[in-house]
Amino acid sequence: MSAFLSLRNVGKDYHLARRSPFRPRPVLRAVDAVSLDVHQGETLGLVGESGCGKSSLARLIMQLETPSRGAITLDDVDLAGLGKADLKAARRNFQMVFQDPYASLNPRMRARAIIAEALRNYRTGTTADIAARVDELARQVGLGAHLLDRFPHELSGGQCQRVGIARAIALNPRLIVADEAVSALDVSIQAQILNLIIRLQAEMRLTLIFVSHDMSVIAHVADRVAVMYLGRIVELGATETLFASPGHPYTRTLLGAVPTPSPARRGRRSAPAGEMPSPLNPPSGCHFRTRCAHATSLCAQQVPTLRPVMGRSIACHHAETLPAPQTYPEVDHA
Amino acid sequence: MTSNPVLSVDMLSLEFRTSGQCVHALDKVSFSLARGETLSLVGESGCGKSVTAMAIMGLLPKNSARVTSGSIRLDGTNLIGLSERQMQTIRGNRIGMVFQDPMTSLNPVHTIGMQIAEAVRRHKHVSKKDAWARARQMLERVRIPDAANRLLAYPHELSGGQRQRVMIAIALACDPELLIADEPTTALDVTVQAQILELIGELKTELGMSVLLITHDLGVVAASADRMMVMYAGRIVEEGPVERVFARPSHGYTAGLLRSLPGHGAQRRGLLAEIGGTVPRLDKLVEGCVYAPRCAFAAGPCTAALPPPRQIEAGHRSACIRHEAVFGAMADNDIVRSWA
Amino acid sequence: MSFTGTTRTTPSTLSRWLGYARSNPATVFCAGVLVIFLLIALFAPLLAGDPLKIDPAQRLRPPSDSAIWGRDHLGRDVFARAIYGTRVSMLVGFSVAILVTVLGVAIGIYAGLSTIGGAIVMRLADALMAIPAVLLAIAFASLMNAGLLTVIIAITIPEIPRMVRLVRSVVLGVRQQLHVTAAISIGTSGLALVWRHILPNTLGPVLVQATYACASAIIASAVLSFLGVGLSPEVPSWGGMMADARQQFRIHPVLMLYPGVLLSLLVLAVNILGDRLSDALDPRKARRSGL
Repeated sequence: MSAFLSLRNVGKDYHLARRSPFRPRPVLRAVDAVSLDVHQGETLGLVGESGCGKSSLARLIMQLETPSRGAITLDDVDLAGLGKADLKAARRNFQMVFQDPYASLNPRMRARAIIAEALRNYRTGTTADIAARVDELARQVGLGAHLLDRFPHELSGGQCQRVGIARAIALNPRLIVADEAVSALDVSIQAQILNLIIRLQAEMRLTLIFVSHDMSVIAHVADRVAVMYLGRIVELGATETLFASPGHPYTRTLLGAVPTPSPARRGRRSAPAGEMPSPLNPPSGCHFRTRCAHATSLCAQQVPTLRPVMGRSIACHHAETLPAPQTYPEVDHA
Repeated sequence: MTSNPVLSVDMLSLEFRTSGQCVHALDKVSFSLARGETLSLVGESGCGKSVTAMAIMGLLPKNSARVTSGSIRLDGTNLIGLSERQMQTIRGNRIGMVFQDPMTSLNPVHTIGMQIAEAVRRHKHVSKKDAWARARQMLERVRIPDAANRLLAYPHELSGGQRQRVMIAIALACDPELLIADEPTTALDVTVQAQILELIGELKTELGMSVLLITHDLGVVAASADRMMVMYAGRIVEEGPVERVFARPSHGYTAGLLRSLPGHGAQRRGLLAEIGGTVPRLDKLVEGCVYAPRCAFAAGPCTAALPPPRQIEAGHRSACIRHEAVFGAMADNDIVRSWA
Repeated sequence: MSFTGTTRTTPSTLSRWLGYARSNPATVFCAGVLVIFLLIALFAPLLAGDPLKIDPAQRLRPPSDSAIWGRDHLGRDVFARAIYGTRVSMLVGFSVAILVTVLGVAIGIYAGLSTIGGAIVMRLADALMAIPAVLLAIAFASLMNAGLLTVIIAITIPEIPRMVRLVRSVVLGVRQQLHVTAAISIGTSGLALVWRHILPNTLGPVLVQATYACASAIIASAVLSFLGVGLSPEVPSWGGMMADARQQFRIHPVLMLYPGVLLSLLVLAVNILGDRLSDALDPRKARRSGL
């Protein structure tokens, strides 16, 4: 099966302001040589802690940033090579749902205008057509028609997120990138929005890239999961496999730290050692080696590449020889 | 448990009045916190959990917030009615507080050592030198490596997790009897969150203090609390030992929260149980159960009169007349089964 | 943290305005003052006699039925001159405010969106702002023929850099906001992006700056007339009246007081209104202030 969306060695550097006139500008490598195939109709979960590069990667896929290296192709078309008009035409195919439901909506536009904007941009029909389509979209995302004439600040967080989702699906895209789409919401609202996204995906046969720091949300929605650490993908595999037997030491750390309402967590000391190093000055070789109990000198010298191990891909020199992982029955869906 | 609690809140009702609007933020909230206990207050945003914390600290805006009834007793002393000056001798001294956002709670222009030393000197008559020695000791206590040098660091030079450790150091600098932690780990990454929760737990045992842990995350409750209270629309709807509440959820709202968690029992990619509707406006007091309009288990009598909290089992109370039905429906929930 | 419910319906426009008026008496008072000045300027011929008629026999006469504020050193009706002087002040104030806003916003948005163009514009603005505004206005006014247009242009030019600077800094902030990113991701670009997403979100601070420009233009026009630059001396203006009154200040201080008080009242009203309006026009703050 040929990939729908394909990333080849994608990297993104940010050049920060000079700290001293005598030193070079510091470079923040937000995304480092990420290669990834996403298939039509699947849900890929992108998980990691803040600063791991998952949001930067989402913005690179959305063409909101230009990659410093590598290529992103959608249906075998290199997105970076497109001219202005072609890129605008291509944008219809990929849309984004953002984390902060309030900040992602223009405070001075009413919900109706926010949803209609995409339709107006692509001149999908007459004013009456667009108005009818907005009503239909509102129904589709479960937003009461009386809410369409309100400003974002007159809506609740969940309602705002429904507006954001209606805007994203207005042009019938094929790919949706959801960047922490439910992280800012309360649990009960989070369930509503997750249900909505999953239902829309089935109805519209969407390909979904779901970015989140929340392992339980990822476990619920994703078919495959990519775990990121300091700009690199450290593990990539089917959700069931990855949650049942996490392979990379970082994946294990992450799963071990998730507070789940399970008696197994009570009183257990599971906190991992240390904190994520600064992305401005990451450790040589494997980025995780400074916090890893299994690190050897090889880990400091050589960057581990993502390679197939035990039915998924792991970027660890010692993937085969690591002790068997602890299992986490509460997030195990195998 | 009831013998000589550190903190006891009794029938506390509180309202906010602003330009003709009245919001009943707390309605007859009662609970007590024993020495050395961690009590968790769980609820969604706007349920009144932070207001409760602010009321205990005496930090609510004087011109709009009004306590209409009830008392807040710290070691038997009623804090309601104390003057601002009297509250200042309690705040930061006998009650420490840690907030959600460690960046905005620290003053960016002062070193962390100075901020901890300040906190000490505000309440204890000690020399500057002793205060700094105390600051260093506190940094070591919250496990910040190389404490002597880090005293001179500014907040922006620290990571989020370290800043939260500094906040804890400040909160505990005067050996308070009670620590109020309002969403202390919400802004932090999971691995750091686990470290901070562990630290709070260890310090609680070391120092013998009580902790009121305010959170929206049931996972945090399960990991670190002894007892929990579930709050909805300004009322405490269920209260009990953590393992009993999880094993026998007895309020429609608790059940709703447990069922809407993703990744637990719900068939993967299947529908999560939603709590329909939205949080009610609190501009008038509701006669019956506030949660009834959204409750999957609601029956006729629910909206008629306010159900008094009833004892489900020892120390486990719920304000739900349908608690049998709730538990019946929740018995095969994965989370409930794992605690049974 | 919000204690109120999450949604609410919008009451009717009239009751919203009434509610706003009740909770903001100062704003209503200032708006009233401004409206009165506007009416005075419009209907000056109906309110007062000829402000230009010289009558040396009546010079420095105290108030009488024919001239209720008395007469000046040339025997002209002080009340009539003060009424007609409103026209100059209002015309200059509002024209400058509008010109500064239109030009300043256009240049400022360009400077905020273009990296290189922005740098050039900002250095030019810095250079202009290094010279005192009144000095610059005098220089421009003396280069051109006397007249109202000259005064307006001379005052507008030194005011523009302030507006450009403000608009640029606001645009730099708005450009980073998530809703602008969201708009780009649904294919909004170019002018539509500026018009729908960037411009409306700069309005608040721009409006405040425009009222300050209006107020300072009113003062600057008075200063220019006081110094005898820009307008010919017989045109009735508050600045000119004060310049004339200076010679009689010891004997007839009241001649200075009339135009002075009017000037202060107008400037104060405009300034206060600017502050309040910026809050009222922000849909997020409007609810708090009751509008």
